[in-house]
Amino acid sequence: MATSNASIDIKAGRLSPDQYSKNFEDIHAPLTRHEAIVEADRCYFCYDAPCMTACPTSIDIPMFIREIATGNPNGSAKTIFEQNIMGGMCARVCPTETLCEEVCVRETAEGKPVKIGLLQRYATDHYMADIGSQPFERAASTGKKIAIVGAGPAGLSCAHRSAMHGHDVTVFEAREKAGGLNEFGIAAYKSTDDFAAAEVDFITSIGGIEIKYGTALGKDVLLEDLIETYDAVFIGAGLPYVNDLSIDGDDADNCIDAVKYIAELRQSDDLSKLPVGRDVVVIGGGMTAIDIATQIKLLGAENVTICYRRSADAMGASAYEQEVAQTNGVTIRHWLQPKALHVDGNMVNAIELEYTSGTNGSLSGTGETITLKADQVFKAIGQTPDDTPFTKTGIELVKGRIGVDENRKTSHAKVWAGGDCVAGGEDLTVASVEDGKIAAEHIHKTLMG
Amino acid sequence: MADLTSNFVGIKSPNPFWLASAPPTDKKYNVERAFEAGWGGVVWKTLGEAGPPVVNVNGPRYGAIWGADRRLAGLNNIELITDRDLEINLQEMKEVKQNWPDRALVASLMVPCEEEPWKRILDRVLETGCDGVELNFGCPHGMSERGMGAAVGQVPEYIQMVVEWCKKHSNLPVITKLTPNITDVRYPARAAKNGGTDAVSLINTINSIVSIDLDQMAPIPTIDGKGTHGGYCGPAVKPIALNMVGEIARDKETAGLPISGIGGITTWRDAAEYIALGCGNVQVCTAAMTYGFKIVQEMIEGLSNYMDEKGYKSIEDFRGMAVPNVTDWQYLNLNYVTKAKINQDLCISCGRCHIACEDTSHQAITNMVDGVRKFEVIDEECVGCNLCVNVCPVDNCITMEEMTAGSDPRTQKPIDREYANWTTHPNNPMAAVEPAE
Repeated sequence: MATSNASIDIKAGRLSPDQYSKNFEDIHAPLTRHEAIVEADRCYFCYDAPCMTACPTSIDIPMFIREIATGNPNGSAKTIFEQNIMGGMCARVCPTETLCEEVCVRETAEGKPVKIGLLQRYATDHYMADIGSQPFERAASTGKKIAIVGAGPAGLSCAHRSAMHGHDVTVFEAREKAGGLNEFGIAAYKSTDDFAAAEVDFITSIGGIEIKYGTALGKDVLLEDLIETYDAVFIGAGLPYVNDLSIDGDDADNCIDAVKYIAELRQSDDLSKLPVGRDVVVIGGGMTAIDIATQIKLLGAENVTICYRRSADAMGASAYEQEVAQTNGVTIRHWLQPKALHVDGNMVNAIELEYTSGTNGSLSGTGETITLKADQVFKAIGQTPDDTPFTKTGIELVKGRIGVDENRKTSHAKVWAGGDCVAGGEDLTVASVEDGKIAAEHIHKTLMG
Repeated sequence: MADLTSNFVGIKSPNPFWLASAPPTDKKYNVERAFEAGWGGVVWKTLGEAGPPVVNVNGPRYGAIWGADRRLAGLNNIELITDRDLEINLQEMKEVKQNWPDRALVASLMVPCEEEPWKRILDRVLETGCDGVELNFGCPHGMSERGMGAAVGQVPEYIQMVVEWCKKHSNLPVITKLTPNITDVRYPARAAKNGGTDAVSLINTINSIVSIDLDQMAPIPTIDGKGTHGGYCGPAVKPIALNMVGEIARDKETAGLPISGIGGITTWRDAAEYIALGCGNVQVCTAAMTYGFKIVQEMIEGLSNYMDEKGYKSIEDFRGMAVPNVTDWQYLNLNYVTKAKINQDLCISCGRCHIACEDTSHQAITNMVDGVRKFEVIDEECVGCNLCVNVCPVDNCITMEEMTAGSDPRTQKPIDREYANWTTHPNNPMAAVEPAE
């Protein structure tokens, strides 16, 4: 199939200003007070509540909902923050349909779980608007110094809990802004009104946390030096690289790293300046694939197709997230893997995909192919770690990711790690927050004997 | 289809559902709307003496408590008897009775505790063509401070005296409305009967402070920073009312005295329960004030359907059937053994039965079986108390099952089908040899 570059349709400003703001407004309008009270009344205050067990940070969900129902939303927020200082962001980005809400007994009873995520947001929003300042106080200074690599969810969680225990925390962040994927990843419509930045301010307002921006590990600062200088080190560095399609043309100008594009979108103060193709193909099956596909559609792309090599059930994105994409007009096609990119010059104009079939985890191409016109191809097939900064310290790695025990302790006596950079992680904000919290508790225990 | 027609002390109505004397029956407009909706009768809002009418507060008169989803559970009020001119009320009652001859119209009365005012008001209401009178001895606020309402209802001698006056000066059926704000409702009921009343109606509202405004530090409803006790009604008072109705129904002195049941009746089922306890009809207020007059249609249909299912052709067919089964604790069969059973197919695993039993009762429900979250009754510990049934959010998921054979795993005692109550129990120092019944 020969397509000339002249037909590649990429342009910015496909929509009117009104449409941009409408398309990128809050995906779930926050609950009003009335809605929150009605919803809170639905909670049965279960014993040993399944929702609480399902929450990676073990938030006392029945208690915080009861506090909403009894007219104490600020107390409710404190209950949330005690277990999860990023309760505000988690209320926005957690896949509750596969966590707390999936196991809600009212899901069992009626197929309609209590809207735990929206209630959590109600409480935390209420607190942020009504009080805003830290609900926690720092313990007396311990004189201990902790270095944290990465100001993402894991790092900030660890920083907050460590500062709370009276340690002095220095966070080394490669970028010029904190928040990690809360700030640079996730879909814009999940974190409106610059919430990620507001939450960083909220967390660091506890005091005792210094963030050094523009300081990349392995480049501006070395892990071995941190180990030398600090009493403990926590690594929450995330995953810097994205996987390639491993086919020719992968490096074409319009064959784009989805993570990078989303970061640009999140930082953009004018969405009408972002380049958007008319026909867009997204390769991948996880949350990033959903987020890029939905957002590029909302930016005005005409046809957006997610191609995933396995079944709908096997997708990393939950059924609910797939539905969000589909509701926004994204087509999701399964059992298709990239075979070749049609490139003219340094521009892709179509992608050839091979049908696949598979059972019991094995996957093979059928030989049959389909070619989709593509003005942009987005790669969203997973991120990979950068292990180079760790190798010198002898920290044990598992497939390039850092190995940790149940306390998030690495094989090195002074180093803990959490978030996406550790092996066996769940790649969820909430799981990263929990990693940081557990590590901070164990660091505290270790340092204070 | 069951015959719902009612003949209560000679007052006929197409169904046993009357609106109680209260705000919904204060004027012709409301009452005619009620009749259009299907209500069988009304007791007109209480009339006072001729002359300047009483006045009400100009601020809030109602307070409430709520269940989940703000469903109204209890309502209290500080409203007084009708604040409209007596002549207007009498004229409207007359018109309504003319327009709706098949519906019951009863005049509720409250005048000072002297014979002459009662004679005067009885003469006046006779002109309206109403079917009977109800003596308001129950209103617990405002009027009682002026020696009327509950102030009369709390003194059996006064009740008897006023009833006697009413029977002497009127041929209309007299219904005596009782206050629950007393220690033992049988005494005012007996007094009313001794005075010659045709029936009693109960309960009137209960003295109550429904809540405290924690900002104003005053009872709700709050009038310029102050509050007072009001009369409590609605679904929350039904258990109290049912008990009082039951007490009168099974009292030797008042047994057979016609009763008009009042207190939290919201559904057909509530009404049927009152009838089962001996009531000839029921009066409703809060449910109408919460949902409007249309609810009577559910009540009529529901009661009719129930009666059809049970084969009761008229109200009289099942009226009072529960009365013989209301007894004293000492006559309950101590050989009757039940155990809770949890239907695992219906269980949604909320765990409330477990924690209620574990924390506050008999540690008789598991929360984990073979490492899996599971709630099962431990028969060796279960005393059959029914708490789990009541805290379970799923209807019919937990049931109490009678043990009819074998031994009670808790006590190791063989199941004895013979009736045996406390009067003969070995632990009772006063035990008799043969059980008393």
